[in-house]
Amino acid sequence: MRAIVAMVAFAAALAHGEGGSQTAVDARMKAIADELRCLVCQNQTISDSNASLAVDLRNQIKEQVAAGKSDEEIRDYMVTRYGDFVLYRPPFKASTLVLWLGPPLLLGAGFLLFWGILRRRRAATLPPETGKDRAAIAALLERSGPSPRKK
Amino acid sequence: MRALKFGIPLALFAVLVAFLFVGLFRDPREVPSPLIGKPAPSFEVAQLHDGKLAFSPAEMKGKVWLLNVWASWCVSCRVEHPLLVEMAKRNVVPIVGLNWKDQRADALKWLAQYGNPYALSVWDIEGKVAIDYGVYGAPESFLIDKKGVIRYKQIGPITPEALEKTILPLIKQLESA
Repeated sequence: MRAIVAMVAFAAALAHGEGGSQTAVDARMKAIADELRCLVCQNQTISDSNASLAVDLRNQIKEQVAAGKSDEEIRDYMVTRYGDFVLYRPPFKASTLVLWLGPPLLLGAGFLLFWGILRRRRAATLPPETGKDRAAIAALLERSGPSPRKK
Repeated sequence: MRALKFGIPLALFAVLVAFLFVGLFRDPREVPSPLIGKPAPSFEVAQLHDGKLAFSPAEMKGKVWLLNVWASWCVSCRVEHPLLVEMAKRNVVPIVGLNWKDQRADALKWLAQYGNPYALSVWDIEGKVAIDYGVYGAPESFLIDKKGVIRYKQIGPITPEALEKTILPLIKQLESA
C-alpha cells in the first residue's frame, strides 16, 4: 500500500514537474506578449492576435524565454526591431512627455476648475453684509418683535 | 473674467482640434522603423531560385541597394511590382527580394508571370529574417547604403511619388558618398 502511494505521488510529481516547466514558459510568454502590441492588428496584443506575425513573435518569445533571457532582454529585442510602438507601456522620454503627463495635467486642471467654481458658488450664497443691510435687518427685526427662531 | 470663461475652453478646444486635425493626415499603419541609421541586420539564407546558393547582406558592401520584401500572396506587392520592374530596367540600384513566408513554387510562378526585377531573392519561409528587419507587412523596402546602413524604409508599395521625391534623390546622394 505504502509503495503504491509513493509511486502515485512520484508519478504525480513527475507529471507536475514536467508540465510545470512548460506552463511556466507559456505563462511568462503570455505575460510578455500581453504587453506587446501586434503590428498587424494594431489594437490587439501579441498574445491575443491570430495574425501570423503574432504567432511567429509568440514563438520567438517562447524560444527566448526557454533560452533563459530576461523579460527586459526580450522587450528590448522587440523594441530594436519594431520601435517603442510595440510597447503598450511606452517608456518615459521627451517624445512621450505629452502622452504621460497630459492626462494627470488635464485631471489636475479639472480639479482646479471644479474647486474654483465651488468656491465662487459658496461665496455667492453668503453675500457679505454691509452696514446698510445690517441696519435694514435690525429695523425689520425690531418691527416684528422678539426675534423668531429659525425652525 | 468673462474673457477667461470663454477663452480657456476655446483654447482647449482649439488644441484638441489641432491634435485631431494633424491625426487626420497620419497613417497609423506606418510605424517608424527604429532601424533607420542602423546597420542592416545580417543573415545568411538560401536563395529562392537555387536553394543551394546562399545570400548575405555582407556581399553587397560597397553598393547602394534595395531590399524589397514581397510574397506571392501579397496583393499590394502586385501593385508595386511594375515599378520595381521599371527600376530594374533602368538599372537604378540592385534590388534584392526577400520572399516572405511564401511557398517556393508559388513565388517562382509569380515571378515567371509578372517578371523578375530582382538581382536575386532570398527565401524566408519562416519569417525569421523579416522579424530581424521589423517587417510587419508586405511590401516593405529598405534602402541600404555602401556601408550596409539602412537609410530609408518604405512601408507599403513604393509609389511613383515616393520614388521621385525621396528614393531617387537619396540614392544619388548615397552613391556619391
